[in-house]
Amino acid sequence: MSTESFFARALRRTAAAGFAGLARTITGVRPVWAGTAPSAKQRIYFANHSSHGDFILLSSCLPPAERLRTRALAAADYWSKSAVRRFIATDLLRSVLVERDREKRMGDPMQAMLDVLDRGCSLIIFPEGTRNTETEKGLLPFRSGLYNLAVARPEIELVPCFIENMSRVLPKGEFLPVPLLCRVVFGAPIRPEPDEERRAFLERARLSLAALDPKEPRS
Amino acid sequence: MMPETTYLFGGLLGTLTVASLVSTLLSARAGTPDATLVNLDERIKAWWVMIAVLAAAILAGPYTVIGLFALVSFAALREFMTLTVSRRADHWPLFALFFVALPIQYWLVWTNWYGLFAIFVPVWCFLFLPALTVLRGDTENFLYRVAEQQWGVMATVYCISHIAALVWLPIAGFEGRQVLLVAFLLVVVQGSDVLQYVSGKLFGRHKLAPSVSPSKTWEGLIGGLVLASLLGATLWWLTPFTPLQAGGVALVSCLMGTLGGLVASAIKRDRRVKDWGHLIEGHGGMMDRVDSLVFAAPIFFHLVRYGWT
Repeated sequence: MSTESFFARALRRTAAAGFAGLARTITGVRPVWAGTAPSAKQRIYFANHSSHGDFILLSSCLPPAERLRTRALAAADYWSKSAVRRFIATDLLRSVLVERDREKRMGDPMQAMLDVLDRGCSLIIFPEGTRNTETEKGLLPFRSGLYNLAVARPEIELVPCFIENMSRVLPKGEFLPVPLLCRVVFGAPIRPEPDEERRAFLERARLSLAALDPKEPRS
Repeated sequence: MMPETTYLFGGLLGTLTVASLVSTLLSARAGTPDATLVNLDERIKAWWVMIAVLAAAILAGPYTVIGLFALVSFAALREFMTLTVSRRADHWPLFALFFVALPIQYWLVWTNWYGLFAIFVPVWCFLFLPALTVLRGDTENFLYRVAEQQWGVMATVYCISHIAALVWLPIAGFEGRQVLLVAFLLVVVQGSDVLQYVSGKLFGRHKLAPSVSPSKTWEGLIGGLVLASLLGATLWWLTPFTPLQAGGVALVSCLMGTLGGLVASAIKRDRRVKDWGHLIEGHGGMMDRVDSLVFAAPIFFHLVRYGWT
């Protein structure tokens, strides 16, 4: 699957197991398979984004084999800023880094995503494009990548995943987590209709994700 | 090993075996799986695990019991705070609840520093939590947020730590056997929950508090309390009490436990959730199991401390 050294692979697997264990200890996370079941099929998981913990929480809900081949899309402009961040993002979590700012792009981000998919990996993407700090106001508008991927690889399922409460466990700007219970709700896969426009599809995808929000008990 | 623990856990083992047999027979007779029976089966299986853990902790000694209830408090506090309206500005006070207040309270139990144990939450935490909260400058729902933090730490850390604190109560002639008081309190209060449930299912007609907890009935309450008091009286040999005293203490503890259950139901109803969490199969969360102990433990602790030390 890649040219990783034995050492790098062992480090990454240990880190993945450690992070998943930590996520479970702190959040007692529970997957809720509402619209689909765990599957060995290659998938693109798209989720709401409000915390650095989102990727770890979501991947800890996947079956072990699926977790090992699932990679997250992360912002290069954020995760390449320092050596520590780059180490966490690329060596420990093996994220796929893409530049959000068009001006600074070196390669084609779409191509980077397709390369990962064509190697058989599943992908986690956060189509809001940034961490949402006002989750009570709903999801941010989706960026186009989700649509482009769906059109380029129509055989891969797009699964909406609603991550509950992570914005309270580890909000933007904090680095110590507060233990609160979290759930990840997996919804029914969606795909673009033959003549569906980009904007219409993105809005439909956004609504399908928002609809998974477990009824907010908090006022 | 004390002979009392052998008798107690032998008795619980027998009770659970009978319960499992009855549950299996009921399921076999019903044929098709029925939701109530499936739940009953899950509940009994969870009881096996809970009683095994409790037995192991009690046999291992007082420090293990303290450690176990620190974990119980952690799980209960996490469930409680999940249901609050906390905002981003509450991040530090919330962090402090879990990683400062809870460890200090249990450290005070561990070291048997009674004077500070008794006031640490109601004085120190109650003053410093709002102070820490106000530092972020967010005043939206301030009173509400602070009240929730204080209630959370009071119920899940302070009250539950009184179960652990029983292990050091200096009762003349009872030295080294105080862990048995923990067993007595848990068996009687949890037993009362079960006996109220069973009495209610068999004889329940008149609703006790329909707007709070629709399944509770007067018949269940009275039947459960009478039986639990009798249970307490027959377990007098675990305690420094006479049989009559044991029955009286059990009655007061179970009354408090019932009130605790009602208060917890009201909170859940307010937040529109059925259970506090999913930690214990068939029962719900940790708080669903210990809500009665939250109210019973401090009163039991102080009754014994006032009357027998």
